[in-house]
Amino acid sequence: MLRTFRLAVGVLTAVAALVTTGAVAGESRVPKPTITIENPGKCVAPVDEMRRNHMDMLKHTRDKTMRDGVRGMKTSLNGCIECHASKKTGSVLGSNENFCQSCHTYAAVKLDCWDCHQPKANYKAKGTAPADHASTAGAKQ
Amino acid sequence: MSERNHTEKVTPPEGASRRNFIGAVAAAGGLAAIAPGIHLVQVSQANTPPRPAGEAASKTVRWGMLIDTTKCTSGCNDCVKACATENGINETVKDARQGAQWIRKIDIKEVKTGRSHSLPMLCQHCANPPCVDVCPTGASMKRADGIVLVDRHICIGCRYCMLACPYKARSFVHQPLTEQNPEVPRGQGCVESCTFCVHRVDKGQIPACVETCTKQGHNAMLFGDLNDPNSEISRRVAQVTTTQVRADLKLDLGVRYQGI
Repeated sequence: MLRTFRLAVGVLTAVAALVTTGAVAGESRVPKPTITIENPGKCVAPVDEMRRNHMDMLKHTRDKTMRDGVRGMKTSLNGCIECHASKKTGSVLGSNENFCQSCHTYAAVKLDCWDCHQPKANYKAKGTAPADHASTAGAKQ
Repeated sequence: MSERNHTEKVTPPEGASRRNFIGAVAAAGGLAAIAPGIHLVQVSQANTPPRPAGEAASKTVRWGMLIDTTKCTSGCNDCVKACATENGINETVKDARQGAQWIRKIDIKEVKTGRSHSLPMLCQHCANPPCVDVCPTGASMKRADGIVLVDRHICIGCRYCMLACPYKARSFVHQPLTEQNPEVPRGQGCVESCTFCVHRVDKGQIPACVETCTKQGHNAMLFGDLNDPNSEISRRVAQVTTTQVRADLKLDLGVRYQGI
């Protein structure tokens, strides 16, 4: 009986110690992603909702814009980039502190958006007429 | 190209060149009518009001383009360059045959008479697009206002549409891209083609090629709503003979050529 009591006290103490240490240090034993939020509090929806549903919001907007031509919706990928691009790198990608990459690296969820979309805010691409146009311009009728 | 080839016949007053005459009319009249129903391109290329936010593209609109080959000069590449700048086409390809084909200049020649033309060839934005017919995933699509697009989100890069297109208007991106413009996403593994600068049209602007052609004073390209009888393009196609390339295919093209 005494042994059981001692064991229980021991376990409780250990748990209490862990909780206290965590609370004092302000961190849990689980590593968390480091996110820099450049413009806090200005998002289109509360943080919890964004964390859970941002992919559905983006997909919904994507289909409405791409297929129906609806513009100016509340949520947009370019809107995300304009607000969340890192002030250091100008991008939402590039380091594990940058907005999109930080969580997605942490959660090991592949980001396909940036294969086609531009991850830098206010980016202006240079255009060069393809060098091959001279050769393709020779079509004769 | 000689200005005498224009379909718009104008008799200038004696002692004044045609150009000066038009300039004077434009300055005096504001709405520069040079013949009944025909207006100067410069005046007509004013932008339309942008579609309000949240409103879908309407099927009451049919965007179209009229290309006046009598004004298009061989060797002029301004529309191609404008397209590349607007759409962030800047990659170098290993094989010239893999290059982007959003818009290209071609020279054609009537064999018997020797009459030659130069014209830009781009996606003709068919009303019955073969690329949409053959697409196995539904990525090739026609928007309600007649603009034919590739939905890259579901394009699997099979290139069946490239084979189906009679105009060779589509191309495939072979290499990874990083220099896209934010409004024009494009990337490896997808087929792409002219979008009529859909991001600009939705804002009430005209496509970059048409804008540049007009700004440079060539005035060979005209963009507008073919369904609106009062639009400049509708008036022009009602007045002058225009041709659909490969009209025998009955694809009902959005792009028409004048003078070929």
